[in-house]
Amino acid sequence: MCVLAHVLEAAGIATVALAAMRPVAERIKAPRVLYCEFPLGRPLGVPGDAEFQRKVLRAAFDLLNAPSGPQLVDYPRVVEADETPLACVLPPRFDPDVAASADEAQGLRAAYDRAVARRGTTEVGRSVDADGVPGALAQLERVIAGEHWKEVYGPRLDTLAVAHDLRAYYQEAALELAGGPPPGARQAEAWFFEKTEAGKTLTAARDALKEQGAPEGVTFYLLPVGR
Amino acid sequence: MSSDQTMRDLMASLPVPEFDSTPWASPPPLAEATVAIVTSAGLHRADQDRFAGRGDVSYRMLDRGDRELVLGHWSQNFDRSAFVLDRNVVYPIDRLEELAADGTLGAVAPRHVAFAGNQPDTVSEVRLDTGPAAAAELRADGVDVAILTPV
Repeated sequence: MCVLAHVLEAAGIATVALAAMRPVAERIKAPRVLYCEFPLGRPLGVPGDAEFQRKVLRAAFDLLNAPSGPQLVDYPRVVEADETPLACVLPPRFDPDVAASADEAQGLRAAYDRAVARRGTTEVGRSVDADGVPGALAQLERVIAGEHWKEVYGPRLDTLAVAHDLRAYYQEAALELAGGPPPGARQAEAWFFEKTEAGKTLTAARDALKEQGAPEGVTFYLLPVGR
Repeated sequence: MSSDQTMRDLMASLPVPEFDSTPWASPPPLAEATVAIVTSAGLHRADQDRFAGRGDVSYRMLDRGDRELVLGHWSQNFDRSAFVLDRNVVYPIDRLEELAADGTLGAVAPRHVAFAGNQPDTVSEVRLDTGPAAAAELRADGVDVAILTPV
């Protein structure tokens, strides 16, 4: 991000960068940087709080008044992530003939559909659409049950795309079900990995893939760092 | 340690590109300036190509009126829930419109820019090719000031 600031500024566009990584901003020496210690993924700080966001923007634009740079200023307000799981109900077991994760995903479908209708778009679709989510989970269950990943997926497994689609589907459904004010950063992530069958399946599949000797490129990106 | 702190420590340990000097543009007063958003969140419309998983140096131009955007960045290591609830927490387009309406800034640019932040360590192509190309498009639109938002 701060690299782009150099490029744009050299082209004659005055830049103000909101930075999430202070040491990186210090070393790249972009012209004007407002370091905001906010949760990663929330550069304006707080979703649904227009006044908070406006204050951040005004503080950033204030840097345009500086006569010379580089300018690196700390925004005075800090916002921290919350890693306690989102409070969100999960559907009861419905179809005993399918894996618990696929059954659960099917049970969340109505909430997911409501979320997409409300927002007009979806983050699902890198490897499968919503119809493909139970099947994607069933494939992971086969790997956990001992089938070799190449038997299940063929030679190329884009685990990152699969993981994104599963998390996005669950997250969009959960935010719809939870309602209320926006949750803290990483609450939806904690809910997915700690409370849902799909999250447990993704974690177990990562472990099974490692045991099968799958390349690190297949296993590493299945879960966030630290999970 | 929190997940965000783990990522901040990890990123602080990685190499960053070196710059010998800091360029400095002198824009018109903000109240007369045309302002664009440049984000590294990999945003795109559904009708635009997705960003590739790694090392995609391309960018997408977003029209001022676009609101149904996808968060195309490929990292698993930041919060994605906020963007689903309020795009402005990553892409403050509605906030810019408000600041233009109340006269704080001169105009909202007709087009905005999204790159994907997961880049090779050298960032050479963005520095030499696609970054200048995006800058030229913004200049052609009369952009004076860019607000940069990372994820």
